[in-house]
Amino acid sequence: MDDLKEIIKNYVINEYLEPDSDPIDYDTPLISGGIVDSFSMVSLKRFLENRYNIQIPDDQATPEAFDSVNKIADLVRRFVKA
Amino acid sequence: MTHFGNYEDRVKNFSWAISEQELGYKPGQVINIGWYCSDRICQQGKADKVALIWEGFTGEKKIFTYNDIRLYSNTFAKFITDLGIKAGERVCLFMDRVPELYIGFLGILKTGCIVQPLFSAFGEESLFVRLENAETSAIFTQKKHVSKVRKIRDKLPHLKYIIIVDYDGKTPLQEREVAFSMEKSEKVEHYEIYPTYAETPSVLHYTSGTTGMPKGVKHVHYSLISQYITAKWVLDLHDDDIYWCTADPGWVTGTSYGIIGPFSLGVTQCVLDSGFSAEAWYRFIEKNRVTVWYSAPTAIRSLMKAGDEIIKKFDLSSLRHLASVGEPLNPEAVNWSIRVFGKPFHDTYWQTETGCIVITNFPGMPVKPGSMGRPFPGITATILNPGNHEPYPEPGRIGLIGLKPGWPSMMRTYWNNEEAYKNKFRNGWYLTGDRARMDKDGYIWFVGRDDDVINTGGHLVSPFEVESALLEHPAVAESAVVSKPDPINMEVVKAFVTVKPGFTASKDLELDIMNFIRKKLSPLAMPQEIEFVDSLPKTRSGKIMRRILHAKEWGEEIGDTSTLENE
Repeated sequence: MDDLKEIIKNYVINEYLEPDSDPIDYDTPLISGGIVDSFSMVSLKRFLENRYNIQIPDDQATPEAFDSVNKIADLVRRFVKA
Repeated sequence: MTHFGNYEDRVKNFSWAISEQELGYKPGQVINIGWYCSDRICQQGKADKVALIWEGFTGEKKIFTYNDIRLYSNTFAKFITDLGIKAGERVCLFMDRVPELYIGFLGILKTGCIVQPLFSAFGEESLFVRLENAETSAIFTQKKHVSKVRKIRDKLPHLKYIIIVDYDGKTPLQEREVAFSMEKSEKVEHYEIYPTYAETPSVLHYTSGTTGMPKGVKHVHYSLISQYITAKWVLDLHDDDIYWCTADPGWVTGTSYGIIGPFSLGVTQCVLDSGFSAEAWYRFIEKNRVTVWYSAPTAIRSLMKAGDEIIKKFDLSSLRHLASVGEPLNPEAVNWSIRVFGKPFHDTYWQTETGCIVITNFPGMPVKPGSMGRPFPGITATILNPGNHEPYPEPGRIGLIGLKPGWPSMMRTYWNNEEAYKNKFRNGWYLTGDRARMDKDGYIWFVGRDDDVINTGGHLVSPFEVESALLEHPAVAESAVVSKPDPINMEVVKAFVTVKPGFTASKDLELDIMNFIRKKLSPLAMPQEIEFVDSLPKTRSGKIMRRILHAKEWGEEIGDTSTLENE
């Protein structure tokens, strides 16, 4: 899990950012910043579920919970078995 | 006091000339939306009135007066003219909700060019088919989106200019690219506006149908007559209002009621260029003291999901009138808004093709939660028998919503597709493609679509377009695309897929296909679920029977399967 944030960040960069976009960091607003919209959030959620073999309930997959790499990492950690 | 007043009186005494007179327009005269939305308001003594309050997701804020809108739209217009682009050519706006999008829209109209707004989340294929169909001459975009244009420009011989509005000089401009800064360019005090007339084309919005590629809905400058009066009467916009339309101008709501309606009325409007966040939205309303709010059921249901507690953190007492558009507004959402805001959301019904609100719950009239309301005065709406396209004489029957053509903002044709346009009419009625019933009080209740088009979050997605794109994925052998129910977006895209030999169905393949469609078409078109199947239901002649898959998703009767291949 050490590289969790880096994996999420790289996935966002590769999948949702255009080549000339501004760089992002762990706190860059993803949903409110318009990088990942509510429809695309479904594919990001699916990536996390596949990669970490978890199920994130829909009521916890909120725009707020997905709004930065840091917040997503916090969410994933709650569902990954220790 | 509402602008609208009594429904029966308005219907009895209505004429579109009311709107013409208020705008000071006489038939046969020049009518240019760009002028009406900026220069005219300044001439009314409102040059210093705030027209646009813009806020970015980082909190950056910009304020533009009506005089700013006039000068900057002139600046846009002169820039386009200096490039040698002529009236009638198509100029695309492919941007996020930045000020240049709103002001550039008016600037393009001032040149006599046809403005083609496109949703900035479109992928390269969606962008390509629309630019190719319109034979677009120039596209305004941002550096964050220009890579999508670069990927397709070689296939677009008509595209002469790619204009980047926020070029920072960090990387060199490429073939056909030009930099333009609205705020850093010399302001243009006087621009000779192109003399457009009532039937001069103005806006080209693309919409999806069941079959074929997206169609360009052609509107004309005379549409202003409808957009002005409906913004005034339905949205109840007054001179001292602060108005917020949450729609993106890539779609028709964002232009008819996010630009033309409020600016032609000289109203102050605000724009939040940000993704959805309940807290950010409520904060925006509180900070700007928004009085009239026009949003969409998907957003309202997302706010409901965020809960009531969060609302208590904000002072939303400025809200005076609420309206909704894009898909049917469910009764729960109306009742929720009454409970938490003390007033209902008023559902409004219209389409890209109608250009203006045609059926609605009017301010001051009782709202029937779940109903789209009653026809706007001057609009004749009925429920047609699907068999003979005659109006049902009695209320309560489910049929097709038909509209009698002839109002000012009715589409004039589909771009380069007159046949598809003609197919929208039967027996003297424009067919909306929606099914509904009318009650004894004249209120209309949505029942469903009459075709396979998917309405997700208020946006239409063509199953044909998604299926075509799916076949370009190396693992997909066959596909069928239908809608499935969704608590927030009403319905979302679901794909049934058979895989080619050598590929194995898996969760990773599902995600790969989802991302493939998202990037190629748009996030809206991305299947939210892919079900891998061994075969698809087909007729004996080999046609995929989408309706069987649709019925399964919605828990409906499958119906006649006598033509099914394996029955």
